[in-house]
Amino acid sequence: MTSKRILSPRDWSSHPRQAHPDYKSTLLRSQRQPLVPLPQSLSELTGPVFGHCGVTGRDADLTRNSIRDGEAIGERIIVAGRLLDESGRAVPNALIEVWQANAAGRYVHSQDQHDAPLDPNFLGAGKALTDSAGRYRFTTIRPGAYPWRNHSNAWRPAHIHFSVFGTAFIQRLVTQMYFPGDPLLALDPIFNATADAAARQRLVAAFSTELTEPEWALGFEFDIVLRGPQATPLES
Amino acid sequence: MSSQTPSQTVGPFFSHALTPSGSGHAPIAGRQLADERTPGTLIRIEGRVLDGKSHPVTDALVEIWQARHDGAYPDDSDAFRGFGRASTDADGRFWFQTVKPGAPPENGAPHVNTTVFARGMLNHAFTRIYFSDEQEKNARDPVLANVDPVRRKSLVASLRDSAGRPVYEFEICLQGAHETVFFDA
Repeated sequence: MTSKRILSPRDWSSHPRQAHPDYKSTLLRSQRQPLVPLPQSLSELTGPVFGHCGVTGRDADLTRNSIRDGEAIGERIIVAGRLLDESGRAVPNALIEVWQANAAGRYVHSQDQHDAPLDPNFLGAGKALTDSAGRYRFTTIRPGAYPWRNHSNAWRPAHIHFSVFGTAFIQRLVTQMYFPGDPLLALDPIFNATADAAARQRLVAAFSTELTEPEWALGFEFDIVLRGPQATPLES
Repeated sequence: MSSQTPSQTVGPFFSHALTPSGSGHAPIAGRQLADERTPGTLIRIEGRVLDGKSHPVTDALVEIWQARHDGAYPDDSDAFRGFGRASTDADGRFWFQTVKPGAPPENGAPHVNTTVFARGMLNHAFTRIYFSDEQEKNARDPVLANVDPVRRKSLVASLRDSAGRPVYEFEICLQGAHETVFFDA
């Protein structure tokens, strides 16, 4: 079978190893068989479109999209950036979904047992479509760190989960955005599952004075890069 | 040139955002892709996600992307969107109601592209669901032909007739003796 590639391969020097013993949950859930190469056909190169799925501006403001009787509590922040492919081209009209813990480090989830308060005015879920230049922008509350039971005294660094669709189903990416200067990053087995230090830094947002709004909210910039077009070999 | 953003696990706490029910946050897709009005044969896909000890994975997210009944992939103008999303329950089970996809134009067999995410999976896994009642087309399918014959059956959902509506059963084993074939496309 010939291997036909239109999109560049998944960059396994950037992505984490699937089995990472420091992250205990990988022990029984990581694959042990090698992945089988699959030529890219329409099945892989097409993908769902979300232009008409009813995403509104309000969905991108997590400080307002679920208020009941007051304001969401915590440090208001702006998280914005561009969705690009590896060639640097913008990915417009793409769906980005985010979710996170509240300022106290607690998720709105029945299985989250952390002894920290829920905020009735904060759900911690949002979505947005990228504009024609691939830009997105969320307003939210800075999430808190929270404990987990991976090892003794384990704490997850503050993070926002991102779910991203490109134009092709195999561009699908789920990742986490972290905050600069967080001392927990060095201790976190999920963050450190990506072996390459430069690749890890691509998961850390940059504080941005340009995005920061006076008297309102600090800004953080987080660009996301998906698989791009396969580089064509030069003909001699 | 830029470099790819690394994948990270979906974690255990995604449901309020990705598969919400009754929280007021509208889901972008769900388990029901089609109904009686959708052209094609209405089917149900019932699956289970298991870990390396064959224990149910109760916090997985499964996404599917598939062709219409005529084998063409839907675009923005189609009522049938071709995309579904489900989380697993306390038994590791998930289901989709959809139409059976048609065969692709490239001489292959009908299939549903399937992505699995879960806590403990740092990268998502990518596989295909084929159909047990398509033996002839499955035998000619170039992707199935490239898979070790012993492991090939992990890609084929088995048909069970349930009160006239076809139900296809598909087990996703993340690890172990019956590990599902996952692809690198």
